[in-house]
Amino acid sequence: MAAGNIVQGALFTVMVVRATMLREPAFESELAQQIGRSPRFFQNAPVVLDLRGVENLVEADEFETIRDKLHALTLTLVGVQNAQPAQLEAANAAGLASFAPTSGGGQARTAPAAAPAAPKTRLVSEPVRSGTQIYARGSDLVVTAAVSPGAELVADGNIHVYGVLRGRALAGASGDAEARIFCTRLEAELISIAGRYLVSEQLPADVESAPVQVALVDEELTITRN
Amino acid sequence: MLAKVIVVTSGKGGVGKTTTSAALAAGLALRGHKTVVIDFDVGLRNLDLVMGCERRVVFDFINVINGDANLNQALIKDKRHDNLFIFPTSQTRDKNALKREGVERVMEELKQQFEYIICDSPAGIEHGAITALYFADSAIIVTNPEVSSVRDSDRIIGILASKSRRAERNDPPVEVHLLLTRYDPARVAKGEMLAVDDVKEILSIPLLGVIPESESVLRASNTGTPVVFDEESPAGRAYVDSVARFLGEQREMRFLKAERRSFFRALFGKA
Repeated sequence: MAAGNIVQGALFTVMVVRATMLREPAFESELAQQIGRSPRFFQNAPVVLDLRGVENLVEADEFETIRDKLHALTLTLVGVQNAQPAQLEAANAAGLASFAPTSGGGQARTAPAAAPAAPKTRLVSEPVRSGTQIYARGSDLVVTAAVSPGAELVADGNIHVYGVLRGRALAGASGDAEARIFCTRLEAELISIAGRYLVSEQLPADVESAPVQVALVDEELTITRN
Repeated sequence: MLAKVIVVTSGKGGVGKTTTSAALAAGLALRGHKTVVIDFDVGLRNLDLVMGCERRVVFDFINVINGDANLNQALIKDKRHDNLFIFPTSQTRDKNALKREGVERVMEELKQQFEYIICDSPAGIEHGAITALYFADSAIIVTNPEVSSVRDSDRIIGILASKSRRAERNDPPVEVHLLLTRYDPARVAKGEMLAVDDVKEILSIPLLGVIPESESVLRASNTGTPVVFDEESPAGRAYVDSVARFLGEQREMRFLKAERRSFFRALFGKA
């Protein structure tokens, strides 16, 4: 029997998970959410771990831990790519194959399903009009234009407004008491951090129309001029 | 030249949309552009009155959408100017009769015949107003110098940027222009009205014109004559200026009266 009959080439689409993402605290829950949306698609799906930008991961049992983690999410880790020699050795010892690096474009096509992008600051450069709500989920929100009365900014992180803030701004919307609000001119209808709020009427007169930052100090919303 | 669809809108009612639609359409016609003005305020038909053609309405916009009449049966040619046409709406139906596919078909047909298609929007942000702005290439935001009108204008600018066909298709955005109407410099000076630069600052869109509060506007409406035909009227002249600016000409803002020095500086100094 000729060897050509035993080994045949074939092309598969494989998902790529970036190893840098594993450090993100939200990684598992985000991935689980994505899988939950189309569980059949992900059932026992093969996954390749992209090691670009990762220096550690040089022990076989580290790869086994990752394999178990992904297995719990119904994914099967089959190999690695962009590995350093030491990483490759450890991966091989854990029974993982080596995949050739993919081009940027190809990676972008296969990766998004499995690798949610790192929380990136949401940037808005158009005026935020009355009746509009912008939610920066899991990140900061930066607005480089005016925010009109009747508009609402919500961010899990900080809110920065480089313009007049006339609408509402709710920072730390998921409960982060460290979040802050910054604006170049405060004329807000309402400001809130981690659920604590002040309405326009309660804002001290001396900070009206001033550049300020708002922070939660001892559970009190504190406004200071910048 | 490809026809341009212009929506005259405001969110708020009673600010001067229909007066502006009539004046703008007549003004463009006077400048030699073949123009039609459409009444989108189904059930509250007014444009025909302001244009003085209410006794000549046979078929309307809804008849054409439903295929009960063809476009040329419904279009009314203005008696004062050959370039000006009025497309009246139905008084007996409501805004739900405005089916988007039907409106699109009528718009495409109008584009074959006209240079400018002016859509006189109903007030509000519901179906009627959304349908009126959906096909727009340009929008004239009619605003009175008072806070509630400014806020509603802001809302409608946001809707233009998110719900128009241009927004849905990711085409270049609808070009928006601010037209401040019923402006009374004396009341501005007394602090009873917002000043033009305050409104500009809040809405941050380019200013097309300021139309002074004027008795001639009411007279024009009641006699069914677009105010641009009244050459004596400050409002009429301000509309003529606004039309010229819309067509790309530079014209100085008039009828603002310099009660406040900073006012002129803000207006001309920044631009």
